[in-house]
Amino acid sequence: MSSYTQKKGFGATVWDYITTVDHKKLAVMYLLAGTLFFAIAGFEALLMRIQLMKPNNDFISAGFFNELLTMHGTTMLFLAATPLLFAFMNMLVPLQIGARDVAFPFLNSLGFWLFFLGALFLHLSFFMGGAPDAGWTSYASLSLYSPGHGIDFYVLGLQISGAGTLISGLNFIVTIITMRAPGMTFMRMPLFTWTALVSSALILFAFPPLTIGLLMMLFDRMFGGNFFDHTMGGNTIIWEHLFWIFGHPEVYILVLPAFGLFSEIIPAFSRKRLFGYSSMVFATILIGFLGFMVWAHHMFTVGLGPTANAIFAVATMAIAVPTGMKVFNWILTIWGGSIKVTTPMLYALGFIPSFVAGGVTGVMQASAPLDYQLHDSYFIVAHFHYVIVGGIVTALFGSAHFYWPIFFNRMLNETLGKITFWVFFIGFHLTFFVQHFLGLMGMPRRVFTYMEGQGWDQFNYISTIGALMMGVGVILMVINCLMSIKGKPAGRDPWGDGRTLEWSIPQPIPFYNFRQTPLVRGLDPWWIEKQEGNKEITFAEPVGDIHMPNNSAIPFVISIGMFIAAFGALYNPDADKPWSIYVLIAGLAITFGAMIFRSVKDDHGFHLHKEEILEIEEHLYGKGGNK
Amino acid sequence: MMKGLKKWRLFSLLAVMMVFLSGCGEDYISTLKPSGQVGKEQFNLLMLATGIMTLVVVIVSVIYLLAFLKFRRSKVGENVIPKQVEGSHTLEIIWTVIPIILLLILAVPVVTATYKFADVAAMDEVDENGDKTALTVNVTAKLYWWEFEYPNQGIVTAQELVVPTGQKVYFNLKAADVKHSFWIPAIGGKMDTNVDNLNKFYLEFDKESKDLKDGVFYGKCAELCGPSHALMDFKVKALSPDAFDTWVASMKATDGKMPDKTSADLGEATFAQSCMGCHAVSGTSGPGSKGPNLTAFGDRNRVAGFLEHNEENLKAWIKDPGQFKPGNLMMNAEGTAPIYGDLTDEEIQALATYIMGLSVEK
Repeated sequence: MSSYTQKKGFGATVWDYITTVDHKKLAVMYLLAGTLFFAIAGFEALLMRIQLMKPNNDFISAGFFNELLTMHGTTMLFLAATPLLFAFMNMLVPLQIGARDVAFPFLNSLGFWLFFLGALFLHLSFFMGGAPDAGWTSYASLSLYSPGHGIDFYVLGLQISGAGTLISGLNFIVTIITMRAPGMTFMRMPLFTWTALVSSALILFAFPPLTIGLLMMLFDRMFGGNFFDHTMGGNTIIWEHLFWIFGHPEVYILVLPAFGLFSEIIPAFSRKRLFGYSSMVFATILIGFLGFMVWAHHMFTVGLGPTANAIFAVATMAIAVPTGMKVFNWILTIWGGSIKVTTPMLYALGFIPSFVAGGVTGVMQASAPLDYQLHDSYFIVAHFHYVIVGGIVTALFGSAHFYWPIFFNRMLNETLGKITFWVFFIGFHLTFFVQHFLGLMGMPRRVFTYMEGQGWDQFNYISTIGALMMGVGVILMVINCLMSIKGKPAGRDPWGDGRTLEWSIPQPIPFYNFRQTPLVRGLDPWWIEKQEGNKEITFAEPVGDIHMPNNSAIPFVISIGMFIAAFGALYNPDADKPWSIYVLIAGLAITFGAMIFRSVKDDHGFHLHKEEILEIEEHLYGKGGNK
Repeated sequence: MMKGLKKWRLFSLLAVMMVFLSGCGEDYISTLKPSGQVGKEQFNLLMLATGIMTLVVVIVSVIYLLAFLKFRRSKVGENVIPKQVEGSHTLEIIWTVIPIILLLILAVPVVTATYKFADVAAMDEVDENGDKTALTVNVTAKLYWWEFEYPNQGIVTAQELVVPTGQKVYFNLKAADVKHSFWIPAIGGKMDTNVDNLNKFYLEFDKESKDLKDGVFYGKCAELCGPSHALMDFKVKALSPDAFDTWVASMKATDGKMPDKTSADLGEATFAQSCMGCHAVSGTSGPGSKGPNLTAFGDRNRVAGFLEHNEENLKAWIKDPGQFKPGNLMMNAEGTAPIYGDLTDEEIQALATYIMGLSVEK
């Protein structure tokens, strides 16, 4: 038996996951970490909703409420939605384009560990003197005023995890451009890969402004940098611009892959190719491009003047056009198809009306003079939750069901899945639909309490009931995932309607993905092969040696160094903690030492020989391989 | 049958929409029951936008439901392989052009109103004597309270904005510490009070506030500004122009009023001892004081902007303001004790009586 087919002990497995550079294992790690932070942030939301259940409630204090709302937003966007989508991108992109791994497996691992340790750092704030409390937007005047170390945790934590995200984004761009299988032209790429590409390009351009903003904030708080201190000639509006130049594309960074996931689910369960594929690709690129042109619609009430407001209003409305194109293309994909209502399809079907509702309220808020009333009220809370929960979370839940067999070679329970969907979906609409009206009735957002007699009591109560239902839905989802451990192996293409390359791979997927690189003969290559009666994808090469990357602990060490250095930086401004500078230096020394070590030591990976491949496949699939 | 379904959906949706949009909310705080010209135009825009958007939602839902109902696998057969359609240029053009037209219908009034609401040129107009013709209020947002200065009248008040009906009232908006946002939902949309620059806009008050439940419109801080953001309320009293002039005159009449340290009234003496450093009791004392101007405290609707207006609440507030508005600046930096030190119960009682008695309207 070769080392590839041996069963590993617990310690060896942990070590394997810490050092792994395999995109599939990293995808699982992203999935677990993302789920963890999703649960934490969801729990924070429940606490807030319970506080707002009745007027004048004293379930949690004002200060803690602000910490919760800050951490809920920050965690959900940066540490839950992003890694969960990265889980799918990591797992699916190489499989969909017929690659054996991403372009830079080492960086893939580094991206994960930076993200995870940055996120961990941010969450330690709860136990170390208080979490950030200036909102996920952390507007400069308030965040500079905020006492304690909360905002420092925010700045440093996001800086580290943001670096991880940027690295991963770059990696996907290079992977998709350079590692497509023969025949996989750009216009044959599955739409999810397209959205992953555009989303990664958005990361590349959107994260640097955030990095700069955070760095300036860091200087302001640590060294009295005065970038945002208006009493010293700084300007707080610059923070708002930097934040939203990042913040608005961030929405598209998240929602485009969600669109991509639905563009996989809907054709599969309609047994029909995606309607208007090329216009879908065009719409994706256009949304990505326009996404950078509209950031000031978050700032209509800041006082930028009527010309800026009018331009950004019209530009924002324009985004509705490509988004509408997508919605109609999805519906036309269903039209004339053969719809099987599986759980993933149920999520897709629930997504369309929910997302349209979130989209149209977006257009309402793009109307600048109307937005003067809607801005910072509960209306906006309702709007972005319709987009994020109705668009992204439904995509994540639906895709979890859809791709569970790719991740774990197991199916999730369909009956429980459908129950989960209805509980979550009804809860979601119950929570957020009434919030539109709360906003119109004058309720500002981010309030820890409200007085009686303003006409808000009833809707707030309903909203909380809905939130509790969503909580139950998430718990059912987790139970379903845990139950699948005991499930039977799902095998290849378990839905029977798979269209793209990832479904053509025999299960469990070997660590090198494809024994032979596939030859892509059109859009939806696996569907084409199945329609021609082939049991196997066409290969572009004979069985031969495969070049694979070595595992490495260096990404973990680099990230740990940053993690340690962040504590030094955090406590450095405190006069009573002189040791902090040494912690900072030690942390950076570990990071740079590991980077130098990596640069000096050549690591060319290894070759997997033909005989070993056959031995592995015999072990996985039994005698005779997967013929 | 499908036509009937469509009509039914449209009617029921519109009906639900009208019930929600016109019936909901209280007239002193809801944007759906506007009492000012700006708010009314914004409400009209809301109606236009909601109308267009409901149309979109209905059309999408109908096509979507039809597709969903017609093409279930149980209906079309288990082994049917549908025709693999690539797309349709005609359809693409239709669903690109129609949304563009709908958006243009919305965009024209949007752009017009954007410029209209930003027109504050009249702020600088003067009559033959060189006096400003328009009423201007300088709003300064401070940690959890609002200062309203009337520069042309030379008076200052706090927490309760007093305005005349039937004319444009112009606002200069600024924040003193962190960013806040000035919002009177029933009158018109909000504008931020930045720390860096002065923002200007106007609102109109069409209806006198005296017939409302509390006799005031509700104002809100709409930008997260710290722990007590939710409690940073203010109230708006809209008076007839004559009543407004009377109010201005009586505010001016308090010129020079100063609490006396040696007063026989324990409340006044205590005020002079412990409160005067931050709070003024004269309407002409000028802006920029550390605490709200209390000249018209007795006329107000609320204690601290949100507590019911009675002596009990005022006493409790004076005893421990931090308990009601965490993070407010009447407390020391640690938030453990008021900056004016401990007052005896007797002093607090006298102080409350004195402050409740400060009035220009009674």
